[in-house]
Amino acid sequence: MSKNMELKDVTNNIRKNLILKKNVALIDATGVYYRDLNRLLRSLDGNGIKKVEICNVYGQRYIGTDLDDHLNIDIYGTPGNDLGAFMKGVNITVHGNVQDGCGNTMDHGTIVVHGRAGDLVGHSMRGGKIFIRDDAGYRVGIHMKEYIGKRPAIVIGGTAQDFLGEYMAGGVLVVLGLHMKGEIRHDARFVGTGMHGGTMYIRGEVRHLGEEVEVKELNKADYRILGSLVYEFCRYYGLDAEKVLESKFWKLVPVSSRPYGRLYTY
Amino acid sequence: MKSYVTPEYIVERDNDKCIRCKVCVNQCSYDTHCYDEEDDCMISRNENCVNCQRCATFCPTQAITIRPNPNRYRPNANWTQEALTGIKKQAETGGVVLTGMGCDKPNLTYWDRLLLNASQVTNPSIDPLREPMELRTYIGSKPDKLDLETAEDNGVVLKTKLAPQLQLETPIMFSAMSYGSISLNVHKSLARAASEAGTFYNTGEGGLEKSLYKYGDHVIVQVASGRFGVHPDYLDAGAAIEIKIGQGAKPGIGGHLPGEKVSEEISKTRMIPLGTDALSPAPQHDIYSIEDLRQLIYALKEATDYTKPVFVKIAAVHNSAAIASGIVRAGADAVVLDGVRGGTGAAPRIIRDNVGIPIEMALAAVDQRLRDEGIRNRASVIAAGGIKSSADVLKAIALGADAVYIATAALVSLGCTVCQKCYTGKCPWGIATTDLWLTKRINPDIGAKRLAGLLRGWSLEIMEMMGGMGINAIESVRGNRLVLRGVGLTDKELEILGVRMVGE
Repeated sequence: MSKNMELKDVTNNIRKNLILKKNVALIDATGVYYRDLNRLLRSLDGNGIKKVEICNVYGQRYIGTDLDDHLNIDIYGTPGNDLGAFMKGVNITVHGNVQDGCGNTMDHGTIVVHGRAGDLVGHSMRGGKIFIRDDAGYRVGIHMKEYIGKRPAIVIGGTAQDFLGEYMAGGVLVVLGLHMKGEIRHDARFVGTGMHGGTMYIRGEVRHLGEEVEVKELNKADYRILGSLVYEFCRYYGLDAEKVLESKFWKLVPVSSRPYGRLYTY
Repeated sequence: MKSYVTPEYIVERDNDKCIRCKVCVNQCSYDTHCYDEEDDCMISRNENCVNCQRCATFCPTQAITIRPNPNRYRPNANWTQEALTGIKKQAETGGVVLTGMGCDKPNLTYWDRLLLNASQVTNPSIDPLREPMELRTYIGSKPDKLDLETAEDNGVVLKTKLAPQLQLETPIMFSAMSYGSISLNVHKSLARAASEAGTFYNTGEGGLEKSLYKYGDHVIVQVASGRFGVHPDYLDAGAAIEIKIGQGAKPGIGGHLPGEKVSEEISKTRMIPLGTDALSPAPQHDIYSIEDLRQLIYALKEATDYTKPVFVKIAAVHNSAAIASGIVRAGADAVVLDGVRGGTGAAPRIIRDNVGIPIEMALAAVDQRLRDEGIRNRASVIAAGGIKSSADVLKAIALGADAVYIATAALVSLGCTVCQKCYTGKCPWGIATTDLWLTKRINPDIGAKRLAGLLRGWSLEIMEMMGGMGINAIESVRGNRLVLRGVGLTDKELEILGVRMVGE
C-alpha cells in the first residue's frame, strides 16, 4: 500500500479541519471533498492515531476504505455510498443514517449504525459485522459469502426490503423487526432468491420467500449464533437482549447448495 | 430414455501399428479407449470422443485417426447436423446446450477482409532486424494537455501529474480466465510468461492464488459480479484492476462454476465453501447506471490510493460506442471490448453464437466515438475476442486499439485444440480442468516457454509488418486506418470500419 502522503502535506490542505489530541483525531468534514477526507484518514492511519471522530459528514463516500490499522472511527452525520467498501480491520460507528452500499465487499471490521441504511447493505461481504439499528433498504446481504474462519454477519434492528439475502452464499443475516407491534410480519418479497449458502434468522415472519429457501426450526446451535449477535446488537443500542430473543424466529436456509445444478444438457 | 444422439466422431485404430501400449487409455479423460485383456485388443467408445486429438498426438506409433462420423443426417443447409443434434439433446434432458471456447460460425470475422499496406518506392520500408522498432505501449489515461516548465538548468520539467500507466513491451496481454475455469498450472504459466515478456496476465474472477502474488507487477486483477477472491490484499497485489461487466462469449449473462469444480484450492482462492456453486450474477448488483459504475471505479481507486489504472470490460454489443463513452466519462483508465468470437470456459451455445457483435466493428465505432467527443486520450482501448494472429493484432491497433487481449490463442499455444468441451472440466490437455490428475499435464516451466514463444513470434511478425509499411513505432499505427484497406465489404461496413476499399 502506498502511503506516499506525509501527514503534514494533507493537513496543510485542510489543517483548519483537523485537531489532534494525543492519539485522537477530530475532523470537521464540512465542505471537505471525499477524496481529501479519505486521504486525510489514510495519512492518520499508522501514525499512532487510535480514534477518529468526524463530524458534519454530508455524503462523503468510501469512508473506511483502504485503512490498515485497527482504527475506531466515529461518524456524526450521514456518510455517503460505499461506507467501508473493501474495508479491513476498522471499527466504524455512525451517529446517523447510512446510504447505499454500506460494507460493500467488506473483508473485516465492524460498522455500527445508529439509524437507518439504504440499499445493498453488506454486498458481497466476506468478513466482519454490520449492525443497523433501524430499517434497511433493498438487497441486504446480497451475495454474502463465508469461507474457512471468516463468517460475516449483518443484524438489522428494524425491517428490510425485497431481495433480502439474494444470492447469499454464506454468513449470517438477522432481521429483528423491533419496531413492529403485535404479530411481526416483514413486508419483504423474494427473500433469499438464489440463496445457496449461509443462514438467515428472522424475528417473526416474512411475506414472500424466494424459491431457493426453506423455513426451519432453530436448534441449540442456532440459538448460540443468534444469541451472541443479538446480545452484541443490544449492547450497542442499550436494549434488552433476553426480551428480543423471547420471540419466535424463522430460520431460513437454502434448499440446495446448487440451486442451478440442473439447467444443462450433457 | 434411449438417446437418439449419434457419435460425432469415429476413432479409427490401425491394428498393424497399435502396440497395445495403452497410452491412449491413460491420456483420454472421456474414457473413449479401453483395453480388453482377454482378447488383447483395444476398444473405442466413439460416443465419448470429443476429437481433442490428445490420444492421436501421444500415440507413439501414430495408429489413431479421429474422423467425423460419416453417418450424417441427410445434408441440409438449414437443418444442420448441429441444429438436429442440439434439439435431440434438449428433448432428452430439457436443458440448455452448453459449449466452450468462442463462436465457431464462419460469418462473423472481418480481420480477413482487411488488408495491410506496405511501402513501395516512395516511402522506404524499414528492416526491423537492423533498425530499432518500438512496440512499447502504455495503458492508462493520458492528460488533455501537458504543462511544462523550464528547469534551472534549462531542461524541461513535466508539471502535469500523470495518471498511473501499465508499461507493455508488446501490445499483447493475456485475457481474463479464472482459476477454476483453468488450472493453477496454466495460471502459473501465464504469470511467468507475462513477467518474462514484459506484459500482463488477467486473473479473471476467481481470485489470485497465494503463490502467484509475487508476479503481481504483471497481473491485472479482476473484480466481477461474484466478487470471488476480492479482498484488500488482492486489490493491492495487482498492477491494475479490471471491472468485468460482460464477456464477448456471453454478453448479458452471468457465470457459473459448478460445485464439482470448487475443490479445496479453488475454495481457498475464491473464498467460498468447498463444493458450492460459484454463481456470478449477470449484473454487478451495485451497478445499474454509468453513475453507479463511476462509484465502483472510484471505490477501487480509493481502495488502492489512486496508484493503479482501473479497466472496465464490456462485451461488444449494439450500442458499445455510447456505453464506452459513458465508461470513459465514469473515470475508467481503459475500456476493454470483447467481441462476439471471444472464448469462454462455459456458455449456453445459443448465447455464444447469437449475442454480441464482432470486435472489429465495435472497436472502430468506439474509437471513432471517443475521438468525435474529444475524450479518446482519457482512456486506453483494449480489443479482445477472436484475435488469432499477429496480423489481427496489428489490424486491431490500426482500427484504434491501444493493445489487445488474447486468451484462446494463449491456450492453443499450451496444447488446446479448441474442441469446445471446456465446460466438462475434463480437459485432456490439462488446461480447462481442476482435476489434479489432468492439471499436471501442464508443466508451468514448459507452459511459460510456449507462451513466451508465442508472444515473441507475434511481436517479431508485427515488427516485420510495421517495417514493411515504413513505420518504426506502434504509436504510428494506432488508429491509423490509412494502413488498412477492405476487401469484399459493403459501403456501410467500410464506413463503420473507417477504411477505404482496396484499390482506392
